[in-house]
Amino acid sequence: MRRGEETRKYIRELLGMEEDHFLREGEVIRTEGLTKCFGDFTAVDHISFSVKEGEIFGFLGANGAGKTTAMKILCGLSKPTSGRAVVAGYDLHRGRDVKRLKKVIGYMSQKFSLYEDLKVWENIRLFGGIYGLSDGVIARKTDELLQRLGLMEQRDRMVRDLPLGWKQKLAFSVAIFHEPKVVFLDEPTGGVDPATRRGFWEMIYDAAERGITVFVTTHYMDEAEYCDRVSIMVDGRIEALDSPAALKREYGASGMDEVFRMLAGRARREE
Amino acid sequence: MYSVEADNLIKRYGSNEALRGVSFRVDAGEIFGIIGPDGAGKTSIFRILTTLILPDGGSARVLGQDVVRDYHEIRRRVGYMPGRFSLYQDLSVEENIRFFATLFGTTLEENYDLVKDIYSYLEPFRKRKAGALSGGMKQKLALSCALIHKPEVLFLDEPTTGVDPVSRKEFWTMLTRLKQQGLSIVVSTPYMDEATLCDRIALIEHGRFLDTDTPAGIISKFTLPLLAVDGPHMPSLLRDIRQIPQVFSCFAFGDTHHVVLRESGLSEEAQIDLLHTALYAKGHTDLTIRHIKPGVEDCFMYLDTLEERS
Repeated sequence: MRRGEETRKYIRELLGMEEDHFLREGEVIRTEGLTKCFGDFTAVDHISFSVKEGEIFGFLGANGAGKTTAMKILCGLSKPTSGRAVVAGYDLHRGRDVKRLKKVIGYMSQKFSLYEDLKVWENIRLFGGIYGLSDGVIARKTDELLQRLGLMEQRDRMVRDLPLGWKQKLAFSVAIFHEPKVVFLDEPTGGVDPATRRGFWEMIYDAAERGITVFVTTHYMDEAEYCDRVSIMVDGRIEALDSPAALKREYGASGMDEVFRMLAGRARREE
Repeated sequence: MYSVEADNLIKRYGSNEALRGVSFRVDAGEIFGIIGPDGAGKTSIFRILTTLILPDGGSARVLGQDVVRDYHEIRRRVGYMPGRFSLYQDLSVEENIRFFATLFGTTLEENYDLVKDIYSYLEPFRKRKAGALSGGMKQKLALSCALIHKPEVLFLDEPTTGVDPVSRKEFWTMLTRLKQQGLSIVVSTPYMDEATLCDRIALIEHGRFLDTDTPAGIISKFTLPLLAVDGPHMPSLLRDIRQIPQVFSCFAFGDTHHVVLRESGLSEEAQIDLLHTALYAKGHTDLTIRHIKPGVEDCFMYLDTLEERS
């Protein structure tokens, strides 16, 4: 970098200005050479890709390919070893940005979603509060949400007593309660029956239509078809990235299942 | 002799009726699949048959032994892989398998032949702690541990949940090989593509079997017209198809929507015309509409919709 540029960059940083045009028009996520090492093991190996605003982006890969590690970096939960990533305008290399980022994203994982020993309304209230919404807004939005989910009569039930399908719908609704720019979903439909999975995807469609970008991992290849674009990770690298239709054409496959098996079958490492 | 006989099994948890009279038979050397949503009662069936809980009504026999009276004998002769990973996370791969072998009075060496197909995948990692394995490897280790005492019946409760498609396929190849060695296998799964790999399947919902048959038999009972529709804007297409009065149900199935029409007496051509016309009126053009053969997943969705509407 030339000296003049360096100075300008320094001034921009001092003023807390948008730093540069790394993120391009219409993009909400961009990474370049993003890498994460644990000791001598490279979990995420120089991945470069971008996600457009309002897109449903499927982030696929075999168990152990590095998906969860990459997703944790994008959520600001883990620091990259090298490379660059900007999410919703925030640069993940800057501590202050990482803090702010967390306010404009949502996250839902299979393992952690809701507090089982809190009531339905208490969970909503808790997460609304964490994301800094006011009491008035929380109260109004809670009613709207419960109405929409058909959970009005369940509002005083403990979350642990809800069927798994309802829990997942509620967890998703809570993850987007603060209208984030991007919501990260880590295997949101694992172990769920076909009917419930479909209901869940209809909620994802709705969120995307409201302008929320959806970044989702899944092991169900029919769900990969519901994404606007998908990437397939193998051994820490992104081996393919395109729309499902284009990938099927490129690999001469009849379904995403076949594409996945052709790519993931090349994996060398186990973990 | 049947490997499993269940007669009118009933199980309650407080006021919740988890099983409301479930009956089925599993033949020796058969892969029997139990397919259904969460909370339908699948795990209760497994836990009764592996003698971990008692039924509130009905009876069951495994290998001819009664699940209540002869539980000791059953436990020696069956293998069980619970839905939740239940091995010791802080023991290594090898320690786990040796531990389970010891519990059943055997050794890894003695039954190595039985597990070698599966265990060979794990051997490079045998010193690794079980908690540090990937999902696919954990599942292979759990299967090895369930097999180490040479069981005659294997109970697998959602063994492939959360496992990637490549590992799932490997897992089913292993099951087929075990079946060829004479093992009977009772398995539950939320993946409908796996249902077709079973010899027979039962569809379960709200504690009751909706149907028990071969996958082909289940499919042959689906007689309503089924069409696949795709077009440029899939989310709104889904909503608009559901508004058409002649449509019984419509769900997304990968890259197309599957539409079930009500009984109407219309010819196939007329059915396609009807959808084209109704959807054109809502602004959908460039649609591809064709009749398709149902799969197990279509049958499940159909029975589930029926149940929900009744």
